[in-house]
Amino acid sequence: MSFWKEACLSLRQAVPRSRETLCRSPSKRFLSTSYAAPTSRFIGSSRVPVTVRGNILGSRSWKAPEAGCRSFSVTAGVQHGHITPPKPGEEINITFIDKDGVRVDLQVAEGDNLLDIAQANDLEMEGACGGSCACSTCHVIVEDPDLFDKMEEPSDDENDMLDLAFGLTETSRLGCQVIMSKDLDGLVVRLPTMTRNLQASDFEPKN
Amino acid sequence: MILPRAPYICSNCTARTTRVPLRRAWRHSQLPSRSIWQPRHYSQVVQDDRPIRVAVVGSGPAGFYAAYRLLAKVDTAVVDMYEKLPVPFGLARYGVAPDHPEVKNCEDKFTEVATSPRFNFIGNVELGTNLPLSSLKPHYDAILFAYGAPKDKELGIPGEKATRNVYSAREFVGWYNGLPEHRDLAPDLTAGENAVVVGQGNVALDVARILLSGVDALRKTDIAEYALEELAKSKIKRVRVVGRRGPIQAAFTIKELRELLQLPGVSFDPIPKDLFPSEDVMSALPRAQKRLAQLLAKGSTNDPATSPKSWSLDFLLSPECLHWSPVYPYRLSHVKFARNELDPANPFLSSAKVTPKYLSSGKRAEVEIPANTFFRSVGYKSLALPGLEDLGIQFNEQRGVIPNDGFGRITTPVNTGENQQLPDGSLISHLPGLYCAGWVKRGPTGVIASTMTDAFTTADAIAADLKTKGEKPPLLNSPGQSTGLGWEGVRSEVEKLGLRPTSWADWQRIDRAERQRGEEKGKVRDKFGRVAEMLEVLS
Repeated sequence: MSFWKEACLSLRQAVPRSRETLCRSPSKRFLSTSYAAPTSRFIGSSRVPVTVRGNILGSRSWKAPEAGCRSFSVTAGVQHGHITPPKPGEEINITFIDKDGVRVDLQVAEGDNLLDIAQANDLEMEGACGGSCACSTCHVIVEDPDLFDKMEEPSDDENDMLDLAFGLTETSRLGCQVIMSKDLDGLVVRLPTMTRNLQASDFEPKN
Repeated sequence: MILPRAPYICSNCTARTTRVPLRRAWRHSQLPSRSIWQPRHYSQVVQDDRPIRVAVVGSGPAGFYAAYRLLAKVDTAVVDMYEKLPVPFGLARYGVAPDHPEVKNCEDKFTEVATSPRFNFIGNVELGTNLPLSSLKPHYDAILFAYGAPKDKELGIPGEKATRNVYSAREFVGWYNGLPEHRDLAPDLTAGENAVVVGQGNVALDVARILLSGVDALRKTDIAEYALEELAKSKIKRVRVVGRRGPIQAAFTIKELRELLQLPGVSFDPIPKDLFPSEDVMSALPRAQKRLAQLLAKGSTNDPATSPKSWSLDFLLSPECLHWSPVYPYRLSHVKFARNELDPANPFLSSAKVTPKYLSSGKRAEVEIPANTFFRSVGYKSLALPGLEDLGIQFNEQRGVIPNDGFGRITTPVNTGENQQLPDGSLISHLPGLYCAGWVKRGPTGVIASTMTDAFTTADAIAADLKTKGEKPPLLNSPGQSTGLGWEGVRSEVEKLGLRPTSWADWQRIDRAERQRGEEKGKVRDKFGRVAEMLEVLS
């Protein structure tokens, strides 16, 4: 193999081709770090640590150096986390009870919706339709029926979506449709567990 | 071109190595210090520090949500997603109606998943057809099947296979959504005023809504351009959506129904009162059913006298055969339906059965409904991917699913040694490292939210299996049998076969081109209707 041929081959390998899936070009590589730093998740609210929540991402990170890649919720938080930090003295208290029963107390500003708040605070709440009231993935259950009654009536569209929600209750709402206001100070909402029990119909006739 | 001995220069760190670039996905800085510079024998044992390679077959919501959850839960997992089309998103792109753009917002999340360095998209590779499934096995630790339901159920009635004016709703949906497979369907919507849709699920209502919506309402959506042209020519004014059971048993969801009832210029035939339960029975129904029944009973406020188009829901009818015009034998004239009766014991149960209705003369009660265009919409159907049996998977043809334990672990009647005891004491056998999610797992029902929950369940099962402590995790290959290379191992075979796989970057180029085309026409995007057109963007 001539010198030139070898050099060309090396060069060919060195330059990322358009169809190169795996070898990410340097610009792509930093895509994830261009998201806001993880700390920005807490901008919108001051988080009162109640219990140390288990990190679902695991602590033994294979790729520890690149913090931005580790968690999707970081990016989700940034994507949907357009929540405003509460002005001093105007904080509204809200408590989320997550799927494991862990309480997360937050202080938020008026005008933000529960989906944005949850996502900005890295709680496990999906918003498959991006908060446009077209799915039921941000389903929350209001713990206090009196506060539920204080809220504005859910619209037909919201009720239509709630009809499809897992574990629907009398005090269910869609997180994306509940806007925080002073009246809702002290609101406690539970994220429904989506765990599914095994059913007989799941199985084939057993051998 | 395969260069097994060519010197390799890493494009990320420009270091030169004599090793074949086995794991280019991993930046050197991310690798455990010893791995890249020393030749490693991957065929030895599954090493703790090497990534868990997972192949996901199918890039629809099930595949993406499973990948999302898996990447978040297992930080050593690398997901390679295989897709037969050059473009991702499956039914989110090709099944969700164009006038429901908000439902497609889930694509944002999928796009976010795809930016993970631990995710690879491999499009334009049809597993089982142009790449055998068996070529994946040696390189992966787990394979997750999430390829959905690529066919639809048939009615099995005479005339159903006619090529004119008789269509499958699935194909029609694919056609107006720009699915390459049905690009050439060319449905004739000019045959007459009457369309009949058999089946009462959301797909049936989607078809009815597209037929009844004004073309101008659709113009700004991502509906295929050729479909708009055909719909503009459509003569259809009346759509009858026919089901074999009653209103309480209908499969559509309330949102889709409300939308149709509110469609401007479209009236709705009131449903006979006797099909609904009495007030007190109605109020005792579960919430979702009750609200749906109440909405059905309320109907539409649009005045039939002033509405140019109309639709109806017709209940308790099973199609018997299609009839063509005696004068113009190529024109569909009507469909003959047989009447059904609901089980008189429990007519308002959602699971109520129907029985044929007979006249006092002993003859079957029948009715003829005029139809110029006919759609069947009685459900999707999943098929066995060719080569599943090589992996030991016995596809359940009857239910149209891959047999699984409800959590997504694929099961087999053969004892594999990987057994799990059920609450009732019986044993089921798993196929280690093989999983399924979405419609191929639980059948073609439910909305994206249900598929998400389901995909999360499967991903959680995979994560739990990988974290099995004390014993070996149930991987696809026994220790020493897997190369652990994933796509890097499969790639050479794909190239040998002369395939042209598309990467995520390729999709982004196609995406940009589609959006640009759309912008010129004043719509969100203008999809490429053919695979060749998509690939042309990349050449």
